[in-house]
Amino acid sequence: MALSNGASELKAGPSAQAAAGAKLSALFAGTLGPLIGLVLLCLALSLTTDTFLTIRNILNVLDQVTVLGIMAIGMTLVILIGGIDLSVGSVLALAAMVMGFVAHPDHLDLGMPAGIVTALVVAGLCGLVSGLLVTVTKLPPFIATLAMMSVARGLANMITDGSQIIGFPDWFTSLSIIRHFGFLSVTVGLMIVLAIIFAVFLNYRATGRSLYAIGGSAEVARLSGIPVKSLTNWVYAICGVLAGLAGIVLAARLDSVQPSSGFGYELDTIAAVVIGGASLSGGVGSIGGTAIGVLIIGVLRNGLNLLGVSPFIQQVVIGVVIALAVATDTWRRRAQ
Amino acid sequence: MSLDPSHTQTPHLGLFVSGLCKSYGPVQVLADASFEVRPGAVVALLGENGAGKSTVSNIIAGSTKPDAGSITWRGKPYSPASPADAIDAGVGMIHQELKLLPDLSVAENVYVGRLPMRGGRIDRAAMNARASAQLKRLGLDVSPERKVRTLRIAAQQQVEIAKALTLNAELLIFDEPTAALGSEETELLFQQIRKLKAEGMSFIYISHRLDEIAEIADRVVVMRDGRIVARHERADIPVRAIVEQMVGRSVERMFPPLSEPGSETLLEVENLSSPERSFQNVSFSVRTGEILGIAGLIGAGRTELVRAIAGADPISSGSVRVAGKPVHLNGPAAAIKAGVVLVPEDRKAQGVVLDQTIGENLAIGNFDHVAPNGWVFPKAVQRFAEAGIGRLGVKGRPNQAISKLSGGNQQKVIIAKWISRPPKVFILDEPTRGIDVGARAAIYDVIADLARSGMAVVVVSSDLEEVLGLSHRVLVLSRGRQRGILDRSEASNVAVMELATS
Repeated sequence: MALSNGASELKAGPSAQAAAGAKLSALFAGTLGPLIGLVLLCLALSLTTDTFLTIRNILNVLDQVTVLGIMAIGMTLVILIGGIDLSVGSVLALAAMVMGFVAHPDHLDLGMPAGIVTALVVAGLCGLVSGLLVTVTKLPPFIATLAMMSVARGLANMITDGSQIIGFPDWFTSLSIIRHFGFLSVTVGLMIVLAIIFAVFLNYRATGRSLYAIGGSAEVARLSGIPVKSLTNWVYAICGVLAGLAGIVLAARLDSVQPSSGFGYELDTIAAVVIGGASLSGGVGSIGGTAIGVLIIGVLRNGLNLLGVSPFIQQVVIGVVIALAVATDTWRRRAQ
Repeated sequence: MSLDPSHTQTPHLGLFVSGLCKSYGPVQVLADASFEVRPGAVVALLGENGAGKSTVSNIIAGSTKPDAGSITWRGKPYSPASPADAIDAGVGMIHQELKLLPDLSVAENVYVGRLPMRGGRIDRAAMNARASAQLKRLGLDVSPERKVRTLRIAAQQQVEIAKALTLNAELLIFDEPTAALGSEETELLFQQIRKLKAEGMSFIYISHRLDEIAEIADRVVVMRDGRIVARHERADIPVRAIVEQMVGRSVERMFPPLSEPGSETLLEVENLSSPERSFQNVSFSVRTGEILGIAGLIGAGRTELVRAIAGADPISSGSVRVAGKPVHLNGPAAAIKAGVVLVPEDRKAQGVVLDQTIGENLAIGNFDHVAPNGWVFPKAVQRFAEAGIGRLGVKGRPNQAISKLSGGNQQKVIIAKWISRPPKVFILDEPTRGIDVGARAAIYDVIADLARSGMAVVVVSSDLEEVLGLSHRVLVLSRGRQRGILDRSEASNVAVMELATS
């Protein structure tokens, strides 16, 4: 008895370390590859440009990824449960247009708070409809959200018959401009807070863990008593709300809203989540990984700009990175 | 009955199978199987699930390769490397699950892979005309341009036969052809078989419906545990005699002693029916500490029945009460809350999340225990998992990937998942499927312990020995109907099989 106690005390040191390591690795589960990629990318850019490794530029990168980052959080949830949401770019545009229409003096003029709330509700409803199409109508998520992508884009255009709405109050646009404490704009702060909240939710809340179970096997989850349908509806609704929030952030950054905004963003968002180590078949992924995926795309765009690479070549490079990221992940899994 | 090797002495140009053996790992599924099929004869291949019938027919049809043994077909050595090889040699198989392309036309299905061409384009006129001729030969009045999806199962099966005929098949293997057919459709199939037989075609006919055998077969081969145990030169043998040979004397297995059940009724099922009619008007009850076995052939509705009781599938009528209280069966969550848990049939697809760890798999469905406030802390999962692992003796650690465990240990994890609630009714569907014989005894002990701790236990199994060895009573289903509930004292292999094949 005494012997075994001694043995377990001896083990306590390293196992406590292992537990701490396990916690960290849980937060960034399966993201070692992308993390190494991001570090290498930053190293390369620091060596090849004078401007990359400056505080000013890094803050720029963070500003530039807020829209993508907020959308990618919602997309992570959807991809985790084995779904996909192609409508986020269109929902972003619709939410922005709704906000402009409700808030702007040239239109309803009900004030910014009313505009923001209405925008988020509309975006959430779009997501909920996608969710119901998946759970009740049994459409494949690809088709359901493809339909929503078209509908939301059409609605966004209908609001002002295709024209943009320009000019919001100064306090609103300054949300993305003024850097509090010298570095943190409200929009960047919002993205970081949301990322932390959802990371904690996915890691430590029963509902968050249930999403992993649904993505791993919806049938196992259902037979285990997890309310798969209602959670699926919630996930699409939350993805919609976050796309709407991204639309509001974009409006603050541009001081205008236009129905054509967010075009193609769904693919950037999916790319960020996938680069971050999530599996499109569900059950694997994390907010930490997505954050790295978002930063890889942001840093890559920023760095290629600094290097004076044309936007067309940038598209090629990003495509290659997506293929490489997923291919290495697949090879690694097969090697295990 | 004859086991005399002289039965292969008469020379003919049919099929001679001799000494076929096949093992998967340590499990021998086929041992020294020999029989013959004469031209123009129908040989019925009979046996319980897992007796080796499918293995033999898959070898003859080219989809499985034997470890040893040889086949002679039409006077020449025959060892097909693939189903295509077998088809070229004139051997076709009609599988129980039909292999048709539902959105193509009848004629396209008949000629798929070898569509008649003319001037670089498909010659539809010729294709339809030729398909029509084959369908007429079978006495089937269906337009060759009709989509297969719109045909009834019986007609779809005829399309498969027509396809085999156009491939010049001279030996057709039927795997449970009448499982999905009504009596009139069965009669039509028999007429066609007789007609083709008269033209010199040979047949191997696998069926669980023993009453059909006398009507359609000329000879009977009975298999058990991978061996051929009897060959009959005629088919009009009493069903009871065949059943006795099918079940035979089998190796004694280690079943734990069963404890005496209590008096309180825990599970009451009354007139339960499914919307798809996979089971109808099933009624039974299970007491505390009692194990009820559910036996029946594949497709009898056993899995459908227990899934419905566990809330996994909808019901059309009937009721389920647990400890006297009615259970509102609108989903697994409600059933679990009422104390009914299910260890599902397909471990990998329905039982475990293969991407996750043992601990995570144990926590799924138990978040209300692991995380009473909704906060799932790794330590709580670890503690919960260690308790479950310890209680059932799972060989693994909580943070180990469940995909690395053996089937038996995965099954223990699934049982451990529910055991802590604790449930009132524990349902296990095929608890030892795909688990090695050695590990089965441990699962049997666990099941007996569940009953001893006062739960009502329901065990579904295709393995008759298992049902008989584990159950206080055995409910027998056949084609969705409850054929009877046998007491342990009266439940023998033969009694159960007689009810199951009725």
